[in-house]
Amino acid sequence: MGSRFSATFDQHALAEIRRAAATGIYDIRGAGAKRHLPHFDDLLFLGASISRYPLEGYRETCATDVWLGTRHASKPIHLKIPITIAGMSFGSLSAQAKEALGRGASIAGTSTTTGDGGMTPEERGHSSILVYQYLPSRYGMNPDDLRRADAIEIVVGQGAKPGGGGMLLGQKISDRVAEMRNLPKGIDQRSACRHPDWTGPDDLEIKIEELREITNYEKPIYVKIGATRPYYDVALAVKSGADVVVLDGMQGGTAATQDVFIEHVGIPILAAIRPAVQALQDLGQHRKIQLIVSGGIRNGADVAKALALGADAVSIGTAALVALGDNDPAYEAEYQALGATAGAYDDWQEGRDPAGITTQDPVLAARLDPVAGGRRLANYLSVLTLEAQTIARACGKSHLHNLEPEDLVALTIEAAAMARVPLAGTNWIPGANPIG
Amino acid sequence: MTRVVDLQVSSRRTLNQALHDLPDQTNETHWTVRNPGGQHALAVGIDAPITVTIEGHAGYYCAGMNKHARIEIHGNAGVGVAENMMSGRVHVRGDASQAAGATAHGGLLIIDGNASARCGISMKGVRIVVKGSIGPMSAFMAQSGTLVALGDAGDALGDSIYEAHIYVRGRTGTLGADCCEKPMRAEHHAELRALLDEAGVDEDTRYFRRYGSARQLYNFHVDNAY
Repeated sequence: MGSRFSATFDQHALAEIRRAAATGIYDIRGAGAKRHLPHFDDLLFLGASISRYPLEGYRETCATDVWLGTRHASKPIHLKIPITIAGMSFGSLSAQAKEALGRGASIAGTSTTTGDGGMTPEERGHSSILVYQYLPSRYGMNPDDLRRADAIEIVVGQGAKPGGGGMLLGQKISDRVAEMRNLPKGIDQRSACRHPDWTGPDDLEIKIEELREITNYEKPIYVKIGATRPYYDVALAVKSGADVVVLDGMQGGTAATQDVFIEHVGIPILAAIRPAVQALQDLGQHRKIQLIVSGGIRNGADVAKALALGADAVSIGTAALVALGDNDPAYEAEYQALGATAGAYDDWQEGRDPAGITTQDPVLAARLDPVAGGRRLANYLSVLTLEAQTIARACGKSHLHNLEPEDLVALTIEAAAMARVPLAGTNWIPGANPIG
Repeated sequence: MTRVVDLQVSSRRTLNQALHDLPDQTNETHWTVRNPGGQHALAVGIDAPITVTIEGHAGYYCAGMNKHARIEIHGNAGVGVAENMMSGRVHVRGDASQAAGATAHGGLLIIDGNASARCGISMKGVRIVVKGSIGPMSAFMAQSGTLVALGDAGDALGDSIYEAHIYVRGRTGTLGADCCEKPMRAEHHAELRALLDEAGVDEDTRYFRRYGSARQLYNFHVDNAY
């Protein structure tokens, strides 16, 4: 009859084949994995009942603060909320967007993070707590900014492209971006996939020693990894001397990389947290070395579930950009003109973002008011926190960190196996115990 | 005034903290480090116009992120000597291990012996003079600055190079992606002459060959993908 579409060759697959055949080049885009993945939505909290005693909403204390970097740093970081802003570069984002992120994070009492391209005065000035990324490219890296930072994050990888470097296409290389990165204007700037002066955990340990010596052992040192082999990578980060481990799942965004990389390399954050926590527990370092997880955090329930699985804090990137105005339907006509639609626009590498966030075009960038954007981000962070507190109180917890795996069940077998919590209505944790 | 720090008696931490705590206009402008014993991260993060002499071998990242200081290593240097140096001068009297001068933004790095693999990797403005040979993958993704080798260069020289200048007197192995030999014009002889003079090297620039970017990878094109 010719009326049945293929489940294997679905409309997206067909369109990609046609696009590849027409252009001869793979698709490059921004953002994180878009395919359906096991995620926090596949978990539920049990809440209090006869066996658990709840706390009164709005009334009884449910603390949210977190200390980061208590292992070795003489000046660890204290955040009011366990939600941080992930590293995103000036270059991939406009200066206004970086300022807005700093403003929003500072209002909320949390940290923001630089990115591949160095530290701008705007983000340092407007970020009360700023984490300085130490990346393979070392674009803009200098000891003065290292000392100006509140913490240092050694980036080994990120969830969107573990094992891959980065690329900032020439159309986003303005005079200022080019100067900060010490490269000519208008050329594609590749960010290396490997650090230039260390390979392996033994070298990383010495690199961390050097950074501590340069900064007189004041700064917490994070190690950020893309989620692939979390048990072993976290164990090696601990061995290398990290104060904090940042674990980024495949839903975590990027400014630009190949679609095939984003969708097919790495694992979802849901599958990564428990092995990471297990590594910390096996080494006697859980809650001593802090674990920050990221990749697909959208609401307070996601925050609470990540913490219940053993994380100390979460980090948001894509959601923070949406809070600033990314993919806002108000720009629908302009998204359509770019061949996209609001909510699906991901050509962040092209620098033509109607919302003025992922661009270096001064006219587009001027559309984002950093003060208003910062306010929106602060509102969003507040809602995330209130939602997480609501759930924690319902589970009888006086601190978000008191949430635990025993508060959770899973809706699917996959999620139960990955999160190592029982399938709802059973005591079955696939892979951990027999069907009972 | 010269201060002597014996690392058999004092710790690396004590040494580096003292170097960081130097006030402006300090009169403690000459430091001698004895018995370094190959320790890592010696004399890192200095931000003062002082002279530090290390009497022996140094481990990884010696003189890392240096600003303004003149640092002499009377021995060999481990991985990443003068990594991310911003300014000043680092002189290795012996050989240097991998990634010498990695990502360095400025200053002058002189290596009297040989330098191992990835010398000048991701260099961002530093000038490096190696009196011996340089290992494979040297000047990988080198952005700017100048790398000079009086001896030979290993394979994959200048892979993915941007705007850095490479001068080699001896033989070169394979050239890396987008690296090519370029003519030595008068301005290049002049640049090389000035750098050799500053490094105390009496060699005729006519014996050197110049390498740099073919600039074919500067904007992504599928035909350039490897």
